[in-house]
Amino acid sequence: MIVQAALAVPVLAAAVLAAGGRWAPRPVVDALAALAVAATAVLLGWTLAEARHGTVVEWLGGWRPRGGVSNGIPLVADPFGTGLALLVAVLALAALVFSWRYFTEVHAAFHALILLFVAGMCGFALTGDLFDQFVFFELMSVIAYVLTGYLPEEPKTVHGALGFGVVNSLGAYLTLTGIAILYSQTGELGLAAIGGGLDGAPGAVRLAGFVLVVTGFLVKAAAVPFHFWLADAHAVAPTPVCVLFSGVMVELGVYAVARLYWATFAGADAAPGTSRSLAVLGVATALLGAVLCVAQRHVKRLLAYSTISHVGLLLVGVALLDGESLGGAAFFLLGHAGVKAALFLGAGALLNHFQSVDEDELHGRGGTLRVTTWTFLAGGLVLSGLPPSGLWAGKSAMETAAGHQGWWWVMPLGLVTSALTGGAVLRVWLHVFRGAGRPARHAHAKEGKETSVTLSAIPWTMVSPGMLLTAAALALGAVPGLGRALASGAAAFTDGSGYAAAVLHGVRTDVPAAEGPHLLEVKHLAVGGLTVAAAFAVAAVGVWGHLLPRPLHRVQGWTRTALAPVRAAHSGHLGDYVAWLVAGVALLAAFQLPWK
Amino acid sequence: MMDVLPYAVAAWILLVGIYGVVTSRNLVHAVVCLSVAQSATYVLLLAVGYRRPGTAPVFSDIPPDARTPTVDPVVQAMTLTDIVVGATVTALLLALAVQVARRRGTLDPDELRSLETQAGMSEESEPRG
Repeated sequence: MIVQAALAVPVLAAAVLAAGGRWAPRPVVDALAALAVAATAVLLGWTLAEARHGTVVEWLGGWRPRGGVSNGIPLVADPFGTGLALLVAVLALAALVFSWRYFTEVHAAFHALILLFVAGMCGFALTGDLFDQFVFFELMSVIAYVLTGYLPEEPKTVHGALGFGVVNSLGAYLTLTGIAILYSQTGELGLAAIGGGLDGAPGAVRLAGFVLVVTGFLVKAAAVPFHFWLADAHAVAPTPVCVLFSGVMVELGVYAVARLYWATFAGADAAPGTSRSLAVLGVATALLGAVLCVAQRHVKRLLAYSTISHVGLLLVGVALLDGESLGGAAFFLLGHAGVKAALFLGAGALLNHFQSVDEDELHGRGGTLRVTTWTFLAGGLVLSGLPPSGLWAGKSAMETAAGHQGWWWVMPLGLVTSALTGGAVLRVWLHVFRGAGRPARHAHAKEGKETSVTLSAIPWTMVSPGMLLTAAALALGAVPGLGRALASGAAAFTDGSGYAAAVLHGVRTDVPAAEGPHLLEVKHLAVGGLTVAAAFAVAAVGVWGHLLPRPLHRVQGWTRTALAPVRAAHSGHLGDYVAWLVAGVALLAAFQLPWK
Repeated sequence: MMDVLPYAVAAWILLVGIYGVVTSRNLVHAVVCLSVAQSATYVLLLAVGYRRPGTAPVFSDIPPDARTPTVDPVVQAMTLTDIVVGATVTALLLALAVQVARRRGTLDPDELRSLETQAGMSEESEPRG
C-alpha cells in the first residue's frame, strides 16, 4: 500500500487545493502543498528502504498474477525507480519553498498543478505497465504544458510552450503506436510480460515496436534530433518549474529507455542496435548541447542547453549497457539534478531582482546578490566536474566502465562537455557577478531601468533551497556508501530476469551487493582537475577574448559562421521541429537494422 | 488484402497528420493536425484487437455457454483512455494558441520564427565592446 499511498497523497492534496484553495489564505495553501510533497517524500523514502530487501510490487485493485500470467497493472518499486521518484519529491519541495515569495500573485491552482506534476512523474517512474507509462507520460506532459504557459516569463516567446506541447504529444502518440504493435504480437502490456512474449515475435515487429516506444521517451529526454522543444520551453516556463523540468523530468526519459531495454527487450535480445543508437545520439546530444550552451547569453537558455548536453552523457552511460556504467550514470543524474536546480533558482533570483536574465544586460550588476554569486560560482565548478561532486563521481565511474569495453572516447567527450558547460556558467559568474571583461555595447542603454528596481534583500526562502542543493551536489561524491548503494541498485536494475521474477512470480530477493566505483584514484582526480582548469579557460576566453592576439579573433569569427546554420535550425518553427522528429525516427530505425 | 487495410489506413492517417503539422501555416491548424495524427492510434488499436467474426465484448448479452468469439476489450479500453488524453491535450494546446494570438497577434509559425534572437540571443555577442 505504501507505493499507492505515495501516488495518492499528492493527487488528493491537489484535488483539495483545486476545489477549496481559492478561499484559503496563501500561507495555508503553501503549507498544505509543501506538507503533501513532504509526506510523499517520506512514503517514498520508506519504500526505498523496503526495496533494498527486494523489489516492492503492488497490484492495483488486487489483480495479482496467477502462475506467472497477469491481468493486472503493477506498480514496481525497485531502488532506482523509487530513488528517482524521491528525487522528484525533493526537487518539488525546493521549488515550492522557492515560490512562496517568488510567486506572490499565484493562487492555489499553481500548487495543485505542481502536486499533480509530482504524481505524474512518480507514477511514470514506478509503473510496471507500458500503457500506464504512456498515460503517466501524457499526464506529466499535459501539466508541464500548463505550467509552461502559466505566467510565462517571456510573453514574446510564449509559442515555445506550444511547440513543446505539439512535439511531446506527437512523441507520446508514436509511443502509443509502438505499444499497440507490441501488444498485437504479445497480447501483454506489462513490461515484464511483454518481454516474455517477445521471443517468437517477428523481427520487424520488435524493431518497429522498440523504435516507436523509445521515440517518445527520447523526445522527453531531449536527445538530438528531438531536443528542439527544450530550450524554448525553459525560456518561457517559470523558474521553479524549470527546476523540475531540467532536474528530473528530462532525465525520466532516459530512465524510461533504460527501463524498457532491461525489463523488456534485453532478455529476448530483441533490440540489438540499442547500444549503437544510444551511443551515437548521446555523443551528438552532448556535443551539440555543450556548443550551444557556450554560445548563449540568455542565462535560462544557457542552462537548458547545458541540460541537453548532460543528458547526452547520461545516454552514453546507458549505451554501455552494463551495471557499472549505469551506476555511474545514476550518480551523475543526482549530482546534475542538485546543481541544475540550484542554478535555475539562482537565475530566478536574478530575474526577480533585475527583471532580466540576459548576461549582457546584467553585466556587473549581480554582485549585490551575495548568495546567488556563490551559487553560480559553485554551480559552474560542479558542472565542470570538480571533485568530489556527484558529476565528477558519476563521470569517473562511467569512464572506468567505458574503459573496460574499449570506448576510449568517453573520457575526452566528458572532458569537453564538462569544460564547455561549466565554463559557460563560470563566464556568467565572471560577467554578471564580478563585472569582469568589457561591458557589452548595448548595456548602457538599459541602465535607466536600474533605479526603478527595488533593491530589497532576497528572502531566505528563495536562497536556502539553492544553497542546500548546491552543497548536496558538491558533496555527493564524498558520501560514504552512496557509490556502493548506486552500484547495487544498478545491478538490480539491469537484471531483467530478476525483474520478471519479482513482478510475475512475487520473488523477493535482496538487492545484490555490488562493489562501488573506486573514485579515489589519481587518474580520476587528475581528470577532474583538468576539466575544471579547462572550464576556467573557456570562461576566460569568453570574458577576455578581446585581449587575445588578432589572428585568434578570426577563429572566433569562423566559429560563429560555422554555428550560424545550427542556430538557425533552432528557429522556434513548429513544422521544422516535427520534421526533425520524423527524421530522428528514421535514424533510430536505421540503427536497429542488423548491420555491422 | 482486407487484413492489411486497417493498418495501412492507420499509417496513412498518421503520416497525413504529421505532414499537416510540418507544413502548417496556422497554429490552430497544426493542433488539429496533431489530433488527426492521434486518430491513427485509435484505428491501429481497434484493428489490433479485431477478431473475425467477433462480436462486441458485452458479456451480459452473450449466453455464457455460447462460445461466441468477441473482439479484444483491452484495446477498446485503451482507445477510450487515449481519446480522453487526446481531448485534454487538444484543449490545452488550443488554449496556448489563444495565448500566442493574444500576445503576438499572429498564429503563423513563419512569423513567429526567431525564438532564439528574440530571447536575447546576441548577434553581436563576441567581440564585446
